[in-house]
Amino acid sequence: MAGRGDAQVTILKPASGWSLIDLRDLWHFRELIYFLTWRDLKVRYKQTLLGASWAVLRPFLTMVVFSIFFGKLAGVPSDGVPYPIFSFTALLPWELFAASLTVAAHSLVQNRHMITKIYFPRLILPLSAILAGVVDFLIAFVVLVGMMVYYRFVPTANAWTLPLFLLLALVTALGVGLWLSALNVLYRDINYVTPFLTQFWLFITPIAYPASLVPGQWKILYALNPMAGVVEGFRWALLGIHNPNLGTLVSTSVIVSLLLLVSGLLYFRRMERIFADMV
Amino acid sequence: MSDLALRVKNLGKQYRIGMASPAYRTLRETLGEQFSLSRRQRNDDAAVDRIWALRHISFDVRQGQVLGIIGRNGAGKSTLLKILSRVTDPTEGFAEIHGRVGSLLEVGTGFHPELTGRENIYLNGAILGMKRAEIDRKFDEIVAFSEVEKFIDTPVKRYSSGMYLRLAFAVAAHLEPEILVVDEVLAVGDAEFQRKCLGKMSDVAQQGRTVLFVSHNMSAILRLTEETLVIERGQLVQRAPSAQAVDYYLSRGMSQEGQRSWCDEEIPASAKPFRPLAIRVRNDGQPVSDSVRSRETVAIEFEYRLDAPLSGLRVGIYLMSARGEYILTSFDTDDLQLYERYATRPAGQYISRCVLPPDFLNEGRYMIGVNASAFKIKRYFQDEQALTFHVDAAGAPGMQWPEPRLGTVRPRLEWKIEMV
Repeated sequence: MAGRGDAQVTILKPASGWSLIDLRDLWHFRELIYFLTWRDLKVRYKQTLLGASWAVLRPFLTMVVFSIFFGKLAGVPSDGVPYPIFSFTALLPWELFAASLTVAAHSLVQNRHMITKIYFPRLILPLSAILAGVVDFLIAFVVLVGMMVYYRFVPTANAWTLPLFLLLALVTALGVGLWLSALNVLYRDINYVTPFLTQFWLFITPIAYPASLVPGQWKILYALNPMAGVVEGFRWALLGIHNPNLGTLVSTSVIVSLLLLVSGLLYFRRMERIFADMV
Repeated sequence: MSDLALRVKNLGKQYRIGMASPAYRTLRETLGEQFSLSRRQRNDDAAVDRIWALRHISFDVRQGQVLGIIGRNGAGKSTLLKILSRVTDPTEGFAEIHGRVGSLLEVGTGFHPELTGRENIYLNGAILGMKRAEIDRKFDEIVAFSEVEKFIDTPVKRYSSGMYLRLAFAVAAHLEPEILVVDEVLAVGDAEFQRKCLGKMSDVAQQGRTVLFVSHNMSAILRLTEETLVIERGQLVQRAPSAQAVDYYLSRGMSQEGQRSWCDEEIPASAKPFRPLAIRVRNDGQPVSDSVRSRETVAIEFEYRLDAPLSGLRVGIYLMSARGEYILTSFDTDDLQLYERYATRPAGQYISRCVLPPDFLNEGRYMIGVNASAFKIKRYFQDEQALTFHVDAAGAPGMQWPEPRLGTVRPRLEWKIEMV
C-alpha cells in the first residue's frame, strides 16, 4: 500500500484546556454533514400527509393569526406597510431560528447511539440540524416572493444583504444551539427549557410589532437580542422600512451573536470529551 | 519505527460508578450537591465512587498484524476499543495511531428506520467514514453481499431483523481503513451469515490490513488472529500467540473449583424473576471438582431460584469445546413428561441436573453455558461461558497409546475384528 510510511498520526491522550474548533477535522467529515442534513430533511416529513408544505404552512398560518389579532383587532402599527407582509417578513427568519435551535438542542441526545459508537466531530450534529432548517426557509421564501408580488413590493437595492442577515440568524441559532445541546447531555432540563425559551424569545423580537414601538431608553437593551437585528434587517432589505437605529442595532446583534457562537463553541468543545460517557 | 500501526502506552480510563444507571442528572440535583456538601466532602466522595475500567495498558501493534482481544464481560475490552476509535478520551496515558482508523463497535450505526436500504447504505457509509465516491463504487457489491436486492428501495423498518443485520454488516464489511477495530459484530445473524462474515473478516485480515478484533468466539479468534491480548479486570494480563492466549484465558478465572456462582452485578434486571445461583460439575456421587473423569458419569447441576411462578420455563445447558464450538444443547424439559409436569413452576429454589454418560468426552477443557428461557417468549438469563472444567481421560479407550486423540468425543465404540 502506497504512502504507508507517511500516514497520518493521531495521538489520543487525556484532553485538557480549551479549544475552539478543528477545521481540518470538520473538512474531512464534510460529506457526513451533507448526509446528516439530508437525512434530517428526508425524515422530517416522512409519513406526513402534507409533507414539505409544512415548511410553508407554519409561518403562513402564524402570519394569518397575527394579522387578524395584532394587525386588525389590536391595531398594532406596521411601519406603514400592510401588516401581513410586515409580519411574514419577520416570521421567515424567526421560524428558521426557532426550529433550528430546537432541533439543534436535541441533536446530541437524539443521536446518542451514534455518539457512543463511533467517532466524528460532534459539532456536525447541531450544525447539520441548523443547515436542514435553511432548506425549509428557502421553501417558505417562495411564498414571501409571491406576497411581494401581490402587494406590489419591489425589493430595495439593499436586497443583496439578505444572505448576510440570514447568516446572522444562523450564527445566533448555532451559538445558542451549541450551548443547549451540550447542556442537554448533562441536564435533561433543557428539554423543558427550550420550548419556553423560544416562546419567550418570540416576544422580545419585533415580529408582531415594529421595533420603533420600543421606547428610547430601552433600545440598547433591546438591541442585545441578535434576532432583533436580523428581523429589522430583513424588513429594511426587502420592504425598505427604514429604522433610524438600524446601524447600531445590527452591529450590536453581530457582536452578541459572535459572542454566543464563540462561547458556545468553547463550551461545546470542552464538554465534547464526556459526551460519549454521559449521554 | 515506521511499520508501527498503533502504540498504546499506560492507557487508563476512569468512570464514575453509577454513571451508567442515572445516565443524566437534572439541574436541581447538581445544584443540590453544590450547596449541600462542603468542598472537602465532595472530594472524598469523588475518590470513593470512581473506578478504573482500564488501567496501565501498554502494547504495540505492527502494521498488517491481526490482533485478538479477549476477556470476560466487563473486563474493559470495549472501553479499550472505544478509546482507540476515539469515541471516548482516556483518563491517563496515550495511544498513537498511524493511519486512518475504521471502527465497528456495532453494525448499522445511524441506520434510520424511515429511510430505504439504499439511503441507509449511503448514510451509514458516511458515518463509518467512507467517501461518497467510494460508496458509489462499492454499492453493487454491498447490495449483493447483503442479499436484500429486492428490498433495497423499501424503508428498513419493514425489514426482518436478519435482513437488517445483513445490510448493516454488508456496509461495514466494505470499509477499507488502514486500521480496523472490530467489536463482536460477528455474534449476530444466523449461522450461515456468520460464516459469511467470518470469511469476509479473514479476507480483510489477509489483505495486510491492521485489525484489532474483540470476540467471545474462540474459534474465530484462533482462525483470524496470530496474537491475542487477554484483559482481566481492566488490566492487560497476557499477550501471547493466540492458541496460547486462548488456553490461558479458558483456564483462568473462569473455573472456580468446578463451580460458579453469579453475583448481583452479573445478572441483568431483565432476568427477573429468574435468579441463577450456581452451576456445578462433578463425577456422579463425588465432590464438586474442576477435573472430572471421562470413565465415569458426569453430573452438571444448575441451581436457581424463582421469585415468582413461571410458565413455559426451560432451563438448559450448552456444552462447548475449548475452541468455542458447540457440542450439544439440552434443556431440562426436553422430555415430554417433564415438559408437561413443569408447564408452570411455582416460586422456589430449584436444581436442574443432568448426567453425561461415561466414555463420552475426550480429554481436554470444556465450557458449559447456561440458558433459562420460555420458548419464543423471553430469554430470562444466558451466560455462554458459565463454567469450564477439565476432562481427565484416565481409563478411557485407547489410553494404552499415550497420544492426544483428535475430536471432542471419545466414546467406547464396539469394535469387532473378523478375519475374512
